[in-house]
Amino acid sequence: MVGVCLAGGGALENANPLIYRRQGERPVTAREEDDELPDAIDDREIFDLIRSINDPEHPLTLEELNVVEQVRVKVNDAESTVSVEFTPTIPHCSMATLIGLSVKVKLIRSLPERFKVDVHITPGTHASEHAVNKQLADKERVAAALENNHLLEVVNQCLSGRP
Amino acid sequence: MMKDSLTLLSRIPAHPDSRCWFLAWNPTGSLLASCGGDCSIRIWGKEGDTWVCKSVLGEGHQRTIRKVAWSPCGNYLASASFDATTCIWKKNHEDFECAATLEGHENEVKSVSWAPSGSLLATCSRDKTVWVWEVDEEDEYECMSVLNSHTQDVKHVVWHPNQELLASASYDDTVKLYREEEDDWVCFTTLEGHESTVWSLAFDHSGERLASCSDDKTVRIWRQYKPGNEQGVVCNGTDPTWKCICTLSGFHTRTIYDVAWCQLTGALATACGDDAIRIFEEELHSDPHQPTFTLTVHMARAHSQDVNCVAWNPKEPGLLASCSDDGEMAFWKYQRPEVC
Repeated sequence: MVGVCLAGGGALENANPLIYRRQGERPVTAREEDDELPDAIDDREIFDLIRSINDPEHPLTLEELNVVEQVRVKVNDAESTVSVEFTPTIPHCSMATLIGLSVKVKLIRSLPERFKVDVHITPGTHASEHAVNKQLADKERVAAALENNHLLEVVNQCLSGRP
Repeated sequence: MMKDSLTLLSRIPAHPDSRCWFLAWNPTGSLLASCGGDCSIRIWGKEGDTWVCKSVLGEGHQRTIRKVAWSPCGNYLASASFDATTCIWKKNHEDFECAATLEGHENEVKSVSWAPSGSLLATCSRDKTVWVWEVDEEDEYECMSVLNSHTQDVKHVVWHPNQELLASASYDDTVKLYREEEDDWVCFTTLEGHESTVWSLAFDHSGERLASCSDDKTVRIWRQYKPGNEQGVVCNGTDPTWKCICTLSGFHTRTIYDVAWCQLTGALATACGDDAIRIFEEELHSDPHQPTFTLTVHMARAHSQDVNCVAWNPKEPGLLASCSDDGEMAFWKYQRPEVC
């Protein structure tokens, strides 16, 4: 995928990021425990899938860096659509495409296939917002990127959870 | 009733557990080739009322096969792959053998197309180039020209149905047209107007018009105006001008991945990321320089995931094949509604 610079090269781009407090575990509701009732997929469930993704350059999760927030997740179960906005920690972050790809891959792997998954940069928070959004929306380029073993390994590391 | 004009004939898991990216009918309409994310090509033929897999071409490519194209004689099949190569398969009765592998693109080959003469082949790639290859009688392929006009990933190439004119569609939101000039190929015009990636192109049967479809959720129809035309459309030298004469917007809700113009009936079909197939017809007595197209079919949930390709059978009017990210292909019968 063009634009994903994975080399990184020595110094961290954002050496001292702000760290945010993690949300607690989601409380289980009575409705969810009732096997008779269907469980719709909601914003919190989508957020739970992506909050523990690792940042590519810090030993921190996307939630701890405030890259993903529950308020920037929109799901419509009836229409089978999910939209996630993510906020790079700095406007020139070269990892933005990789982070977006990791979020997208996590959701594609976890959700039923009927879902249309759209991943965007929070408007106004990245210098190459349009270019990154366009790449993430191009399923042909995403498919080709995921056939690249090196890139796939890096994505899988982001998705592997805490060691 | 709108829905009755498109009837499902059959649905087949063509590439189970992977995407089915593309379909291509052979020139006689007796065989359909499919390709997908499982790195294989399948050849389908009709036995009685059912479509059966006649052969599987599995050895040629190491990665996704994005598109396939039949030669005009029907004896060769070309396949474009993410492994950066294009394979040429030679038909030998029911079997196919790999006769040549075309190398040169730096990365994913996205599309391949044969010129109507059968002596030229075009390929395009994420490396931003379009290559024109010359084919000789001994099945040797030689690159004639590398065209660097696009500034981004080139998604699709297609030849004009009866002239040696080539069209390409790109991630740079444009369509470019090329012609031969002194043993080389040159881009003579760029069609601008789409606001995002142009995914596919289709000429009508006469080649006077070209349809393009895009990530901007529109289809545009372009018409050729030759120098000295009565409409007063300005041309540059001896080259024709291609002008957008119609935009179909407000019909599609996600990316349009493919557009197919039936050479027999003139119906225009689209494959969309909203899982639907739509068919448009040009209104009777519509102004040829400002035509009106009517939506005659909106088949919601035609597939359970994105529809990637629509292909009209070249001989049987109204027979349409489609395929999807769900790995399935479907066959449909289309009948133009009487009141239209």
